[in-house]
Parts: sequence; structure tokens; C-alpha cells
Amino acid sequence: MQLTLKVWRQKDSKAKGQLETYKVEADEHMSFLEMLDVLNEDLISQKKEPISFAHDCREGICGTCSLVINGRPHGPQQGTTVCQLHMRSYKDGDTIVVEPWRSAVFPVVKDLVTDRSAFDRIIQAGGFISVNTGQAQDANAIPVDKEDALEAFDAATCIGCGACVAACPNGSAMLFTAAKVSHLALLPQGQVEHKKRTKAMVAQMDKEGFGMCSNIGACEAECPKEISLENIARMNRSYIGAVFTTD
Amino acid sequence: MNWIVNFLTSSIGRKLIMSLTGLFLILFLVVHLAGNLQLLTNDGGEAFNTYAYFMTHNPLIKFISYGNYFFIILHAVIGILLYFKNRKAKGSSYAVSGSSDETSWSSKNMALLGTLILAFIFIHMGDFWFKMKFGNMPDVMSASLGVPVKDLFTRVSTAFDNPVLVIIYLIGQVVLAFHLWHGFASAFQTLGLNHPKYTPIIQGVGKIIAILIPLGFALIPTLHYLDIYLF
Repeated sequence: MQLTLKVWRQKDSKAKGQLETYKVEADEHMSFLEMLDVLNEDLISQKKEPISFAHDCREGICGTCSLVINGRPHGPQQGTTVCQLHMRSYKDGDTIVVEPWRSAVFPVVKDLVTDRSAFDRIIQAGGFISVNTGQAQDANAIPVDKEDALEAFDAATCIGCGACVAACPNGSAMLFTAAKVSHLALLPQGQVEHKKRTKAMVAQMDKEGFGMCSNIGACEAECPKEISLENIARMNRSYIGAVFTTD
Repeated sequence: MNWIVNFLTSSIGRKLIMSLTGLFLILFLVVHLAGNLQLLTNDGGEAFNTYAYFMTHNPLIKFISYGNYFFIILHAVIGILLYFKNRKAKGSSYAVSGSSDETSWSSKNMALLGTLILAFIFIHMGDFWFKMKFGNMPDVMSASLGVPVKDLFTRVSTAFDNPVLVIIYLIGQVVLAFHLWHGFASAFQTLGLNHPKYTPIIQGVGKIIAILIPLGFALIPTLHYLDIYLF
């Protein structure tokens, strides 16, 4: 299949980028990233600069790939990352626009690669359990309600790719932060530091300069792991509660 | 005291202010509508003018009305601040805007809708409140109170003979409907109230009031223009 690609090219974080047009011959069995590999091989053979894009596992679990395809983070498919998007979703002759995540907090490093270290700093602010857990315990030593376990697991599937921020018209990181707060808050081991954690992570999120949630729901719609807005409500009430009940 | 400032300037704190002031203003709209529907009574303004006298002379109502002005201003100011903060956080926009059907147009245009509502409030208060308070509006005898009261009813009735003003008021109500379409349910999400059990109810109620409140208000200029009374 013959495709026309319009790809965001930007030399470095300071340069002014622009969309450049390329023709690529793709196979319907290729993944979207393999199609970009083919285009890059072609560019290299022509002694041109290949397109930089972030990728790692290509199995949909690492959260590294991060492309906005025709205006949608991770492309048109519901609940998948770009690496799990295949060219059979497109027709011969299609024009596809590929852009990086857009957020003032995720500056473009080069072409389609953005710096998402703000997420790491939110985790560093408190997205962990700081006690030494020692040996793995017997599975039933700490009783956990099945419903809570399932909800915690759903929140824990967040891969921290940043599609929520990319999709949000406000550039808010609430869905990511809420998922990270929730998966620990729902389990007994996470309860101990819960209030402190929520306050610290929200404070760091604000400090990074992310926008403020106005409950549009674009994040939930584009999230490759389909993290629910219920997590944001949980973080809202946890945060409000924590502010009034801690020093 | 530092913690209060930190809380109210945090992202969730600011959203909480938006949520609480928004819910208060919805409550105000309900009361305002209930009172103003008396404009549709065919009694030469007796019921409405007596009501308007009560609303401007009762000390408790006066106290709440100052709170109401304050909350309108607070809701508007924080809303505008959030808009600019969010625009800065977003940075540049996409060359192509993708369509996700799950987000409503209202939710993405709350700042625009809110600004139009604020403009409407200024026009509306200029038309009636300002003229009643600072203009020389003639008095009329209230039969039930036995004292002269401002004849606001005639002022409203004459104002709505002007088709341009009627159209402005109808547009104002459409804008309000879109603002409430997202605003009501969104306020509960911000408060942290989201559960599969009751969230569909909140969303349903939000959509019903987003239609009923503006529809009720729209009746007043429309029926006055057509000289139709309901009661």
C-alpha cells in the first residue's frame, strides 16, 4: 500500500519544527512502528536524517511509544498503544499525520520524541511504598477484598505513556497521577502512607506545570489501558480529605 | 494558615472552588427562575412586584445576594485563571485535531460559554437591576402589602417588546444550557463523587436541568413578547 506521511520534524528542543511529507510503501501486516522503520531505512539509504521516535518493547506494555496519529494519541484504535496498531487499519492512498505529544511539560527532544521525565518526578514524590517488605508473604496473610484488588489492578495497568496529557485540551496529568495514587491506595500496604503520598504527588504534578482537570474525559477516551475517570474522583476526595486531616 | 493558601491554590483546590461556587449558582438559578415565573401571571404585576419588593428588602435575602455576587465573580475569575493556566500547560496545538466522540463540545468550551454568560449577566443587570436601583422607576401600589413598590413588572414587559432584546435573551439561555450540560455533572466529579451506582443519575439530572432551567427562563421573554400569560 502507498501512503503519504506528514511527519513532525524538529531538530532539537529549541528549533521550530514543521510537518514534512514522505511517501512510503507499506505492507498491511506491518505495525505502525515497522512502517516507520521502513521509511527510516529509506531515508538512511538516501543519506537523509532518519525520523526519531520513541519505542521499546513493541508489545504494548512499556509505555515508551508515543505518537499522535491524525490528532489521536496512539492512533484510532481503542485501548492500544501505537506499537499494537497495524497498517491494516489504513487503506492504500491514505494520508497520515504524525505528531509528537503536545504539552508544555513534555518538550520535544527531537522529531517525535518528547521528554516525559515530569512523570518520573511525580512518582519520585511519593508513588511508592517506603517500607522494607522483606520476604514475599503468604498470599492470604493480608486479606484484600476481591473488588478492591480488581480496581487496584485496573489502576496499576497504567504504563505512564502520557497519552492522557497528550489528549487533554488542558494538558492535565490528573489521570496518570490518579492511577498511580489509586493502585496503592486501594491496597492495605498502600494505605499507611496514603495521605502523605496523595499530597506529595499532587504538589509535584502542580509544580511541573501540568494543566487543571476540567472533566472533559479525553484522557479516558484515548488511554491505551482504558484507565477510568473514577480514579480522578478518588484522587480528588483523597486529596481534599488529606489536606484537612494531616499537618 | 499557610496550608489553606496552599490548598486553595493547588489544582484540586481551585477546581473545588469552581465546583462549589458552580453548584451554589445552579441553586441560585432555580430560586431565580421560580420567582421570575410570576412574571407570567396576568395580574398587572401585583404578584411579581410584591415579590421583587420582598427580595430587595428582606435582610437575609440581601445578605445572600451579596454572597451570590461574590460567588459569580469568584467563579468567573478562577475560571479565567484556569483557562489561561491550561492554555500555557498545553503549549502548542496539533496540526490535525482528532475526533473522540466521547467528549462533549460543551466540556471543551466551558471558558467561552462562561464568558458569554458573564456578558449576558451584565446586559441583564443593566436592563433591570440597575434601572430599579439607580434609575427612576415609577412606583405602583401593592395591594397585598399596602405600600408603594417599584413597578419592575412594567419595565420587564416593555423591555421584552423589543425583538432584539428577546433574541439576546434566548441566545443567553442556549449558552447557559450548554454550560450546565457539562457543569452540573462535572462539579460532582471534582468533589470526588463518582461511582457506577449513582454517577449515571447525576449525569441524567445534569442533562435534565440543563434543558429545563434555560427553557423556563426562555419562556419569560418569549411569552411577554407574544403577550401570553400562563397563570
